Amino acid sequence: MSLLDIENLSLTIGDTPILRGVELSVAPGEVMGLVGESGSGKSMTALTVMQLLPHAARATGRVTFDGIDILTASEDQMCALRGDDIGMVFQEPMTALNPVKTIGEQVAEGIRWHTKASRAEAEDRARKMLDRVGLPSAKFPMSRYPHELSGGQRQRVVIAIACALKPKLLIADEPTTALDVVLQAQILDLLRDLVAESRMGLLLISHDLAVVTEMADRITILRHGEVMEAGDTARTLSEQLHPYTRQLAQASMHVPARARPHGIETGRPLLQVEGVTRDYPGRRASPFKRAPTIRAVDDVSLSMAPGQSVALVGRSGCGKSTLARMILALDRPSSGTIRFRGEAITGKSQAELKPARRDMQVVFQDPYGSFDPRQKVEKLVAEPLHVLEKKPTRTERREMVAHALHEVGLGISDMDKYPHEFSGGQRQRLSIARAIITRPKLVVADEPVSALDVSIRAQILDLFAELNQKLGIAYLFITHDLTVARAITDEVLVMHDGKVVERGKTSEVLDHPQSEAAKALVTAAPDLHRAIAKRLREQG
Amino acid sequence: MTAYLLKRLAIAIATLVLASMVVFAVLEILPGDPARLMLGMNASADQVELLRNQMGLNAPLALRYLHWAGGLLSLDFGRSYTYSVPVIDLVRERLAVSLPLALIALALSTIIAIPVGLFSASRRGRAGDTISMGAAQLGVAVPNFWFALMLIYVFAVWLRLVPAGGFPGWSAGVWPALKSLLLPAVALALPQAAILARVTRSALIEVLNEDYIRTARAKGLPYRAVLWRHALRNAMIPVLTILGLQFAFLLAGTIIIENVFYLPGLGRLVFQAITQRDLIVVESVVMLLVAAVIAVNLLVDLSYAVVDPRLRSRQ
Repeated sequence: MSLLDIENLSLTIGDTPILRGVELSVAPGEVMGLVGESGSGKSMTALTVMQLLPHAARATGRVTFDGIDILTASEDQMCALRGDDIGMVFQEPMTALNPVKTIGEQVAEGIRWHTKASRAEAEDRARKMLDRVGLPSAKFPMSRYPHELSGGQRQRVVIAIACALKPKLLIADEPTTALDVVLQAQILDLLRDLVAESRMGLLLISHDLAVVTEMADRITILRHGEVMEAGDTARTLSEQLHPYTRQLAQASMHVPARARPHGIETGRPLLQVEGVTRDYPGRRASPFKRAPTIRAVDDVSLSMAPGQSVALVGRSGCGKSTLARMILALDRPSSGTIRFRGEAITGKSQAELKPARRDMQVVFQDPYGSFDPRQKVEKLVAEPLHVLEKKPTRTERREMVAHALHEVGLGISDMDKYPHEFSGGQRQRLSIARAIITRPKLVVADEPVSALDVSIRAQILDLFAELNQKLGIAYLFITHDLTVARAITDEVLVMHDGKVVERGKTSEVLDHPQSEAAKALVTAAPDLHRAIAKRLREQG
Repeated sequence: MTAYLLKRLAIAIATLVLASMVVFAVLEILPGDPARLMLGMNASADQVELLRNQMGLNAPLALRYLHWAGGLLSLDFGRSYTYSVPVIDLVRERLAVSLPLALIALALSTIIAIPVGLFSASRRGRAGDTISMGAAQLGVAVPNFWFALMLIYVFAVWLRLVPAGGFPGWSAGVWPALKSLLLPAVALALPQAAILARVTRSALIEVLNEDYIRTARAKGLPYRAVLWRHALRNAMIPVLTILGLQFAFLLAGTIIIENVFYLPGLGRLVFQAITQRDLIVVESVVMLLVAAVIAVNLLVDLSYAVVDPRLRSRQ
């Protein structure tokens, strides 16, 4: 007897069909993985079970939870279920908690609401739950506010809220997507333990096939609101009978074909970072004491040859983005020098930096946030042209934009469109076009594919590899995702607490990590091959 | 928290000093000689000069500023040129009308606006929202003197529930005094409430799209509980900002309403003082209002910190 049964579920929002005939079930103590790309309807399936859909949504079919027909249940019945028998964990831990309430209040609130327990009893239970999810009272008193916690700690609070009343079913919607791999592994372990402890059913939603393979007993693959394939995780993924399953699996392990680029060129290096340190003032304990300094980057040195592709990997907060900002001359080091093509860029004025800026560009993580929505593509892609010595004429500008768009696989007609007319992958192509329009020697890419679906991500990685070959651009990839590093870089630098703790050829470092930090990253990183092999062993 | 508090306090004091200099300087530059005005057009130049000396108008500018500012600190505002009584007495008498009026109007506006904002935000796009926001639009657009006249017509002339104007003074008893402030307070409060309701609604709508609202719903709280417990407090910052601005307006910007209702308030005092070139009264009242605005802003800043813990720990 299943805990949750979804039969022939169809959903429309307004006139747009979202789900078509979805079938899915979760048994007590079972982990069901729901996989699909963005827009496939994973989250809407979850929200249907919670009955937290947008107003215009209409669902048909049957959803039964523990004998209750969810689609016909009253709002009162649903309020009684939510937070008590069904808990839910969301993707974005940074915004999932109310910023003006303490974590203790937020965990205790649901307990009080459902059990009518006294404040003291509820707080006591909340305390125990916070201990259980790994936030011990000594370090994390109940009076902490969410902004005083890191992303991983906040996600633990969200899990504590969802599991406070030992729900029969937990729905986790991309619970680790916003976290670095080490935190991801910890959170997944926690979820696994909670499932084992109380025979809770877990509906785990993710776009990451490797994560789901590690966690789920059974898997359902969703595409455009329809179930493509469902079944035993190990069998489904090892046999890959359905073409879409095969496509997903291949895309998530995709490695772009790269001919050995440009050897290691002799001559002067493109970029030299020498003993760079960056201090920030910390929080003052009192207005009369000096603020302690926080060392974000600590005595880092590195060197890159022209055309070389280097990965800077590390956990969130390790200082990799701060280092990148200094390389791009968007921030000044506290000490040390950065040389670009042999010339120091530290301590130069904006005007003096212009020639250097021409030759280094940047691609950001979020293809949605990095474009002004009210400007046309022509203007957006042409933005870096203001650093050119000679201002191009209108026709020259159009030609250059057209050329850059062509190089990233977009058409000339796209020039007169607005950013919202493009998909996420296309927008990331736009930001690459913007980065290469000045023919730079170095492109710094800060998590360039982590917001993209696996198949799109494979295409973007191919594009990076191709441009590296064709234009000889050197890349500095900043990422916490080792598959990206493995796919597209020659060398890797591992950062931890502001220091570079390990460096070397990418394959060597990732196959035989030496430092603790690198080992932690490698063991925590989900890997589809490894996960399938492990599943097969377990299930015989 | 202490750092935040001290910083806000220092800013408030600096603003006050700066404002006092500006007020003093502006009134110095304005044409019109108070001594000439007090003595009338027929006075001789000698008489005017004598009075100017008596009033200290011939002393150097900096000295007069210091003297005046020092007086302010000890609540000695000087004597009114036209009434020949200490300004502080005039102000105290008028504040006894204006301050209660402003407070009642502010309370009314808050009591009306926040529930309307909550109601509208939770029914966004539906009939209830459209109607209440339409009414709010009307409330912003209708001039308050016209609205005041309508109130007088309905409640004073027709229903005879309250007096049509005038103020009996607090000595006549609390209830009669309050009764005569009721209509002006409503006339003042409604347009303010309309603005505040719109601000509350839009702040709430923004907050209701936040992820933590979904988290609260997933806990099993009904929509109404989520609205009151989670959304309202997060939407308070813009609401408090507007409230602070409105209080300042209600204290000083009531000239029209005070005229319609024949109330001896602060607004009318300034108005009369300006027409009579009673500079010292103008200066004093303006300074008082500046101080009140700064104090209210300080209070608003502090209440931000009470509402939002993130501001407490920021420097």
